[in-house]
Amino acid sequence: MVVTKTGATETDWHAGIFRALKAADIRQIPYVPDAGHTDLILRANADPVMKAYPLTTEEEGIAAASGAWLGGERAVLLMQSSGVGNCINMLSLIAACRFPFVALVTMRGEWAEFNPWQVPMGRATQGVLELMGVSVRRISDTARAETEIAAALDDAFLGEQPVAVLFSQSLIGRKTWVK
Amino acid sequence: MSKSAANPSRQAAVGAQASGNAKVMNRYELTCRLVGKLQNGEAVIGGIGNTNFDLWAAGQRPENYYMLGSMGLACPIALGVAIAQPKRRVFALEGDGSLLMQLGCLSTIAARAPKNLAIVVFDNGVYQITGAQPTPAAGVADIVAIARASGIAVSAWAADEDDFDRLIAAALTAEAPSLIAVRIDTKPAVGATDRDPVQIRERFMRGIGVR
Repeated sequence: MVVTKTGATETDWHAGIFRALKAADIRQIPYVPDAGHTDLILRANADPVMKAYPLTTEEEGIAAASGAWLGGERAVLLMQSSGVGNCINMLSLIAACRFPFVALVTMRGEWAEFNPWQVPMGRATQGVLELMGVSVRRISDTARAETEIAAALDDAFLGEQPVAVLFSQSLIGRKTWVK
Repeated sequence: MSKSAANPSRQAAVGAQASGNAKVMNRYELTCRLVGKLQNGEAVIGGIGNTNFDLWAAGQRPENYYMLGSMGLACPIALGVAIAQPKRRVFALEGDGSLLMQLGCLSTIAARAPKNLAIVVFDNGVYQITGAQPTPAAGVADIVAIARASGIAVSAWAADEDDFDRLIAAALTAEAPSLIAVRIDTKPAVGATDRDPVQIRERFMRGIGVR
């Protein structure tokens, strides 16, 4: 268990995020995994009504989340910031059809990053999303996680807008295990 | 008209390598055959391009969703619908060029294995809507072999129209996701889809009763 800078455990704040997803009746969780989403994916896999499934690319996830909505279910897409760049043209589907959309994006390339290859897309992530019409929020304090996710879900599924929530790299912590 | 039609040796190579002895059929005629078999509110997700236009021309069922944006998204959209609507059969109609942009979705579908999802791939070996330039896969890759190797075991070329009917009938009662590939000519679509995206969304959602 990792203790974050606020003193909360990783499990605590992920539990809060998961509570928000359950409260909003999220049923599908398509994902391209990232270490920062591990806890959420495990919780979703263990849930009796949630269907979490891995994708080969984030592009599929834009479409699958749209298909979920068309079929009467709510979805949340999980990815790392590098995956945002893969999605640019696919986000046209969200904008054109005005699908509600929520992506939870773990950031790379912005804080204690050891890998220079992650930096360009990390810097561009927010801008790319905004250029494609996606409203961007950021969680930098674990104590705010549940509240922010709940708000994003309301803004998407009730307010009918596409929303991405960026999880600051500082939340996930310094990676020291691969250099 | 098309490059491959103007070059019989290339067209022959497509058939020989990609689909064996499968007959070259017509997309609109096959789409009409498919739609004619749908009696239980089956959802149909039409991929971008002539595939989409012929689905529209075959009759504007309320359970049809017309994807007119990015290439390759018909199958993953259909996956989301199939998971959300497990009791309803869902068909994704996609062109070969579009599917080539998202081949990974075949493994995603195979892994999730929704038994109510079937994919129909219309393969003419060309990007017809941009002037019928051959795809890089034309003559060198086989959609059915790709699908099988991606994990969709129930994948087959339709040998002719009767075989297509048989494969669609099988897909309507299948216990696993399936893929049906058909060789088609390069005739243009018979109609053109009305493009209003929100209207397409709402008509579909009301059509399947989730609105």
